[in-house]
Amino acid sequence: MAKTRKAERGGDGKPAPVAELLKYYRDMLLIRRFEERAGQLYGMGLIGGFCHLYIGQEAVVVGMQAAITPADAVITSYRDHGHMLACGMDPRGVMAELTGRIGGYSKGKGGSMHMFSREKNFFGGHGIVGAQVPIGTGIAFAHRYNGEKRVSLTYLGDGAVNQGQVYESFNMAALWKLPVIYVIENNKYAMGTSVERSAAGQALAERGAPYGIPGEQVDGMDVLAVKEAAERAVARAKAGEGPTILEVMTYRYRGHSMSDPAKYRTKEEVDKMRTERDPINLVRDMLLAQGKSEDDLKKIDKEIRDIVADSADFAQTSPEPPESELYTDILVEA
Amino acid sequence: MPIDILMPALSPTMTEGKIARWLKSVGDNVRSGDVLAEIETDKATMEVEAVDEGRLDKILVPEGTEGVKVNTPIARLAGDGDAKAAPEPTPKAAAKPAAVAPAPAAPKAAAPAEKEYAGPTAAMTVREALRDAMAEEMRRDPKVFLMGEEVAQYQGAYKISQGLLQEFGDHRVIDTPITEQGFAGLAVGAAFMGLRPIVEFMTFNFSMQAIDQIINSAAKTLYMSGGQMGCPVVFRGPNGAAARVAAQHSQDYSSWYAHCPGLKVVAPYTAGDAKGLLKSAIRDPNPIIFLENEVLYGHSFEVPSEGDHIVPIGKARIARAGEHVTITAFSLMMKYALEAAEMLAAEGISAEVIDLRTLRPLDTETIVASVRKTNRFVSVEEGWPYAGIGSELISVLMEQAFDHLDAPPVRVTGLDVPMPYAANLEKLTLPSPARIAEAAKTVCYRS
Repeated sequence: MAKTRKAERGGDGKPAPVAELLKYYRDMLLIRRFEERAGQLYGMGLIGGFCHLYIGQEAVVVGMQAAITPADAVITSYRDHGHMLACGMDPRGVMAELTGRIGGYSKGKGGSMHMFSREKNFFGGHGIVGAQVPIGTGIAFAHRYNGEKRVSLTYLGDGAVNQGQVYESFNMAALWKLPVIYVIENNKYAMGTSVERSAAGQALAERGAPYGIPGEQVDGMDVLAVKEAAERAVARAKAGEGPTILEVMTYRYRGHSMSDPAKYRTKEEVDKMRTERDPINLVRDMLLAQGKSEDDLKKIDKEIRDIVADSADFAQTSPEPPESELYTDILVEA
Repeated sequence: MPIDILMPALSPTMTEGKIARWLKSVGDNVRSGDVLAEIETDKATMEVEAVDEGRLDKILVPEGTEGVKVNTPIARLAGDGDAKAAPEPTPKAAAKPAAVAPAPAAPKAAAPAEKEYAGPTAAMTVREALRDAMAEEMRRDPKVFLMGEEVAQYQGAYKISQGLLQEFGDHRVIDTPITEQGFAGLAVGAAFMGLRPIVEFMTFNFSMQAIDQIINSAAKTLYMSGGQMGCPVVFRGPNGAAARVAAQHSQDYSSWYAHCPGLKVVAPYTAGDAKGLLKSAIRDPNPIIFLENEVLYGHSFEVPSEGDHIVPIGKARIARAGEHVTITAFSLMMKYALEAAEMLAAEGISAEVIDLRTLRPLDTETIVASVRKTNRFVSVEEGWPYAGIGSELISVLMEQAFDHLDAPPVRVTGLDVPMPYAANLEKLTLPSPARIAEAAKTVCYRS
């Protein structure tokens, strides 16, 4: 039967290895700095349209990614920059897509919300709230059809959980025991509507209970807690036991998109999360406690800043797509 | 007064069936609700229940008889004193619209099916042709699978997938819950992974539940991914009006899907085209909307019986050559267009009838060439007129054959109303051979 539990970290009480922590620190920092720069480029008018930043939620994708292999698939909605970087996609290609240049992952034809990498098994980047959920379920269906032990990490937000197609997917995934993990990133607000005002009933982790899908609520500001919960879900999926729901409790520091002033919450609420629960500071403190020096970490900060600066340069110097791209990629030529 | 028991219609499109078994014998007393006989159609076996009461006096059609037309008397109840002037025993049958009355089989006067094929042919229904196309492609490529409501154990709501579960097993022939948006999206995900799903919508009316996945996910992702994410999926099922199923179950989606870049849209008429185009659709690396027609499922045509019968997507077919007026149609409307051409021939008007077969990409070359020859044009479609296929065809002709037109082109379409249920109103709503012939005479200034 479905059960909801709070993930507890470090059952064995041992601290995580330093090398592992360093990787998480680096990966999360890359997302943070990348997003800050994207926000800056947006302000400069170099990025247009919608741009949804992931700042504050970094531990979710970095923790989930730590539990899977490159053969596993990832799909999410439009707040997708962090997922792409966590999948190992090139920051240059992601940033250049944001600026609508030919060097972007979609040659500038997709934009912030629609980016993909076949090579990295990243399946988008979907702009319609909830639409990625049946697709992610279909990816898991293909894994099972092909007899492969691969999982589909299907991310959705606390807003998407109220879409009907999410439950259509839960039903089929449970019915056919598909190797899919539904990762609900609960950042408390569906655009401006809080979970309290939009979701009836119990915790979102329970939303699969009628289908017999076990759910778990996870501290999404703690990368190690996310990783451990992910490992349990991945093990279930790969053992043929079917889908799992992880409700990962997280927080976005910025507005829903660049054009959102976020007046639906107080400044104090945001400041409290930033100062007390920041996922990067948490790992930073662990590293310092395990003997890493401020200088060691500064060196990493510098490396990351260089990678991000390079991606921003690339995104501004890569040319716009030529007009000849207008009519390509509409159909695959047989 | 004796009461005749008539062959009932057990589905909106049934025109004939087989008396499989009589469950009552002559001399038996029949009470209302008793099962009289079992009837087999190409879709299902159904029981016929008695409406009237009395003694079974005569069995007019013995068991085992095939091809019994709807409304044929099959038995007679002796009218005891109290068997008064009862209403018609089979109200369903009594309400059958003329539109689906038994019609002559395949058009004979038309040009032979595929010019390039000169080998042997065999008569086959559209239903069998679609099934064979799927079976052949599933044998050819293990990545092809079929999913939808009732496609497996039930053998297809319209029996298109008959026998596929038995041959390919439940790994590849998959019954889904009633969850159109869900399974359409699931198929898109599977197609992104390189599988080749065939998704059956029980009817295309239900695809409206899934249209976001079809347009936003299946059709647009290749472009949005800069060419990385192909989506080789076929969405197929009956489209348009069947008979007497009213507004929500009678819609023609041709122009809806043909509107969208990133899709190919196919709507065959003959069994040979149904087979050859479905095989092409399954092999195509793009998302395909494959529009079938329930009324046509039981129609027979000659189909090439040798080799791998493939019909290319994007090519229209001149079904009947003519000189005075060009008539385009697709799917069931082709039958009416060909009947209209016969009527016109009797009046000395030679109509060229083009079966569009593919609605996107459109074979404008064939259409424009024909109009340049005939100088007159009539477009036929079952769907609504506003922003329909006919509107597009006429725009193309304005752009590419303006100086060749001798009369304003005319559209024959379904009327601009939700489909009414009443038999007389439904008949008025749909195009007919007479309306098509009338339109052709108008553009020939002969009305």
